[in-house]
Formats: sequence, structure tokens, C-alpha cells
Amino acid sequence: MNQGINVVGLYVDNQDEALAFYVDKLGFRVHTDVRNGSYRWLTVQYPEQPSFQLGLFMPGPPIHDEATAQTLRAMVAKGAMPPLVLSVADCRASYEQMKARGVEFTQEPTDRFGSVDAGFRDPAGNGWKMIQAPAGAK
Amino acid sequence: MPRRRDHHDLPPSIGAQANAGALEDPALLRRLLRAKDRMDAASHEAWPVRRLAEVSGVSEAHFARSFKRAFGVPPHRYLLTRRIEQAITLLRDTDLGITDIAFATGWESLGTFGRIFRDITGHSPGEMRVEARASQSQLECVPACVLKAAQRPDLTIAVLEKRRRDADDTVEPSTREVS
Repeated sequence: MNQGINVVGLYVDNQDEALAFYVDKLGFRVHTDVRNGSYRWLTVQYPEQPSFQLGLFMPGPPIHDEATAQTLRAMVAKGAMPPLVLSVADCRASYEQMKARGVEFTQEPTDRFGSVDAGFRDPAGNGWKMIQAPAGAK
Repeated sequence: MPRRRDHHDLPPSIGAQANAGALEDPALLRRLLRAKDRMDAASHEAWPVRRLAEVSGVSEAHFARSFKRAFGVPPHRYLLTRRIEQAITLLRDTDLGITDIAFATGWESLGTFGRIFRDITGHSPGEMRVEARASQSQLECVPACVLKAAQRPDLTIAVLEKRRRDADDTVEPSTREVS
């Protein structure tokens, strides 16, 4: 695919902690990790989806003034950011594996009309749904 | 062009209140979110403030005050929205009887369930079942779990307040609310 969405970012309150979470607990790998002074451009990607990078960004200067950064950190911490969806082949198996690694689940795997979904949060507060599509769905 | 609505448009008292009420400590918010998540995961269970405060690792007084500042509603009222949301899902997706649904979603009496359900949604559980099933088909492309949250009843004014407005201040409080 030559055109399409390439990077979508999340705000996190601690990039080292986020990196450890997404790589060690979720199985992502680092795509780019570069710094310029206090600014750090950090993206990870899912091994099976090389065309897409998930950015793990810190609110703060030089992009945001301190008050704005504070508000963004608060919004993330109270779970007010948009929903994120991770697609998995086997929701229950992924749940067991991730739970054993210490992922904070907000919802255990639940069947809904043939699909199975669970919910978890990253350390900053971003909420994920993990969905296993019904067999035979597009 | 309509003017953008921000807090300058609010009466001064409300604007000042909103400023005083903003809670911005990410570490505390994250812990409060954990308590909110736990209510989401098991809204049929009883969630006294002591239990919630324990999840968040703060004192009971601090919890009740902070939760409302963080999420705009007291914890008890938030729990009601989750129970009604769950009841609507069961009405739509299962053939369980109204009584079974009331107990499955954490209510101790059918009367309380029916009254609060009507106060919040404007419909009886039976009417809601018909309506929710009729409007279901067009929403099939939204992930079910996201949709469920989006259809959560809005409880920004208290149940009792709604009832008082309807009944012109003649109704006595029947549930105690922690604010």
C-alpha cells in the first residue's frame, strides 16, 4: 500500500514507561526513536502491520505551552481520549498472555454476536479494545 | 455565525465553579479512572465509597470529592448510568424478563429499577426494548462495545432533580447519593 494512514499518535505521560508497555507487554517493536533536545519522536509498530506506526508522544514544549500540556496529560489520565482498537486472532489467548505480563484489563473477554472483545489500558490511561472478529467476517 | 460556546457564555457563578472544580493531577486522575473502570466492569456489584476509595488508594472523603471533579458526576450517579446502560443492552439483545434484568444489573427491587429507568430514559423498560430493537440495524458497523458506551444514558442532572422537576418538588428522596 503506497497511500493511506501512516502514523497516528497517542499522548502518554512517560515515554519510557509507554515504550516498555507497548514493546514488552503488547509485542510491538520500535520503529523510530529520535530526540532533539527534550523532544522525542517515538513510534512503535505491530510486526504484522509494517505500513502503520503508532506514535507515543509526550505533551509539552516545544509543541504545547505548559497549561495545554497539563490539560492533555489530565485528559489522558482520566481516560477521555478516543477509543483504540486492536485486532486479534484469538481474544482469549491474547488476554491470558497479556494478563500474565501485567497488562491492566478493564474488561474480561466477552462474546458479542460471534466476536469476542476485551478492554485494557496503557499505563497513561489510553483505553484499548481488543477485538476478535467473528469467523468468516470481512 | 453562531458564537462559539465557552465558559465566557456561562453565568459568572458557574464559570467560577468550573475553574475551581478542574482537577489536573494526572497521577490522581489515573487512580480515579481505575475506580471508574472497576465500576464499568462490574456495575451490578455494590460500590460503596469505601470500596472505590480503596481501588484508588485515597481516603473516602478525598475520593468522593475528587471523582466528581474529575468526571462531572458523583460516583453513585455514574454507577446508575452504567446499570441502566447494561439493562438497555440486555433488553435489546436478550429475551430475559424485566425482573431478571433488574436483578442482573444490580437493583435490589423491581420498583426502584423501573422508576429510575423511566426517570433516566423517559421510557419504561418494556417500551425501551421495542425501541432499541427497532433502531438497531443501522448501527451494525460500529464495534458493539464502543456502541454500548456511546448509548450510555446521560446523567448530568440528578435522577431526583429530574423527578422533582416533573413532580413539582413533591417527591421525597428515596436513594441517598454521595456527592
